[in-house]
Amino acid sequence: MAKKLSRSGAGNFLGIAFLCVIAVLMVLPMVYAVGNSFKPMDELFKFPPTILPRRWVTTNYTDLFVLMGNSWVPFSRYFFNTIFITSVGTFGQIVCCSLCAYPLAMYNFPGRKMISGMIVTALMFNGTVLWLPLFMIKAGLGMIDTYWAIIIPTFGSSMGMYLMQQFMSQIPKSLVEAARIDGAGSFKIFWTIVLPQVKSAWLTLMIFSVQGLWNTGASVFIQSESLKTLPYALSQIVSTGIARQGVANAISVIMMAVPITTFIISQSNIIETMATSGMKD
Amino acid sequence: MAVSKEAKAKNKAFFSDWLKYQFKEMRKNGGLYLFMLPYLLIFVTFTVLPVIVAIYFSFTYFNVLEPPQWTGFENYIRLFTADDLFMTAFKNTMFFAVIIGPGGYLLSLFFAWLINELSRRARVIMTIFYYAPSLASALPIWKIIFSSDQYGLLNGFLMNTGITYTNIKWLEDVNYIVPCCLFVILWGSLGTSFLTFIAGLQNVDRTLYEAGAIDGVKNRWQELWYITLPYMKPQLMFGAVMSITGAFSVGGAITNLVGYPSQDYVAHTLIHHMEDYANQRMELGYACAITVLLFLLQLVTNKIIKRLLSKVGE
Repeated sequence: MAKKLSRSGAGNFLGIAFLCVIAVLMVLPMVYAVGNSFKPMDELFKFPPTILPRRWVTTNYTDLFVLMGNSWVPFSRYFFNTIFITSVGTFGQIVCCSLCAYPLAMYNFPGRKMISGMIVTALMFNGTVLWLPLFMIKAGLGMIDTYWAIIIPTFGSSMGMYLMQQFMSQIPKSLVEAARIDGAGSFKIFWTIVLPQVKSAWLTLMIFSVQGLWNTGASVFIQSESLKTLPYALSQIVSTGIARQGVANAISVIMMAVPITTFIISQSNIIETMATSGMKD
Repeated sequence: MAVSKEAKAKNKAFFSDWLKYQFKEMRKNGGLYLFMLPYLLIFVTFTVLPVIVAIYFSFTYFNVLEPPQWTGFENYIRLFTADDLFMTAFKNTMFFAVIIGPGGYLLSLFFAWLINELSRRARVIMTIFYYAPSLASALPIWKIIFSSDQYGLLNGFLMNTGITYTNIKWLEDVNYIVPCCLFVILWGSLGTSFLTFIAGLQNVDRTLYEAGAIDGVKNRWQELWYITLPYMKPQLMFGAVMSITGAFSVGGAITNLVGYPSQDYVAHTLIHHMEDYANQRMELGYACAITVLLFLLQLVTNKIIKRLLSKVGE
């Protein structure tokens, strides 16, 4: 039997050609950003503009560190803040979600249906909308102007929890049963049997969480300059105008490099996780 | 009367038995609740509680300095009868949502479907190319592309090729603001739902297509409608939830692109309106009413779309 059915050669060719053209358009802005970040000043303001520089220079990157080294809050501080928020937030989210997904996916107990239902409902609206009541709650808990205002809420991510739970429910229940008959406690089963099998889900949660946290401007919840993040520094530099455009491009490139690289590294695991994400009505 | 009393007593006994059983089960599974405790504590505080807080304050007048005063439905009445800018924001939000929600969803499905036809290696590369825009926060670069002077990439290209002779103020001219925003947002909209579709398509059982060909499926469109889509219905549902949720909350990207307030409020959305009342005017009760409205909009749309999607392939 033919491997591919009901396909026309012309259709295949058109499809591939179309995909390639659009793919170029999709990455063009990012290529342009990389190109701009290596352009000398005079090439940034040239007519007609070019996508790639004629003369490649790294002054924008070196300027960035010199410029920020002299600023009131050193650039390394913004860097540290973003890395700290991203790594602690991501780690905590993976721990909390794995712990909570385990009983929901593996056992039956009173309240299970209700909790799962609440998490699915929570997927249907997002935190941007609830920004104001969130601010009030964070203020009430004394979290405003600390890292924790950004970090702690990500531990309770409904998206991370949903994906982890869906992925875990794929693990054969017989494995858990067998371990239980052998006398293993629920924590031992979690640690030795369940956790090693959900590495793909960890990586997926990591991607989504890194993507969200790395780009967080945190401007409302954090007011102290020394606690602000990299995207905030970027927006400040961009707003200082033309003279800093090269440097602004360099920061843009640094900002987008991290989520894209992590995705490329772990993409096959992510696809595996997303295959289990389907909703049964 | 006596019968109903008896029935009541029976019910009560049944209920208390049920409760006892539940408690026994809970005690037996006591350790499991410990596993869930950290997550649930944070989930309730930062996801459930905000909804309750927003609903409560939406019925009050609250300006931070004085304690909130209960005003009933006044905020909601004012929204729909006395706030022209709200109506603008409402219309804009609906317009953005109607284009970005289905637009992003269909684009994701379409490209995922095309990519799925490729060989394994090509598929991986294409997935990265198409997904990268939603990963990168590329708004600064779009500002340079749409820059209003001749050094902007788009203006430079148009003027260099002679299509236009003067520079166009893409992000300041009321005729171009909304199309530019839509373009940039759609560009980055191949996100979570796109990945879900890629994964779902890969998992469709290959033998189904062979069986379909025998049953008279003639071309790839029929194959898509009768075999592929029904098979990946769960992924379609999840993707829809992701797209809808994103479509109603596009405020931040617009502010980054065209600033706030946008020229003539052409890109003024409910998120902007809510932020305006919360930050500038300090009418938190009123802002909470907008929050509740946005929340309900998302929830109701999700429920409706889920019902519609269950009809796919029938």
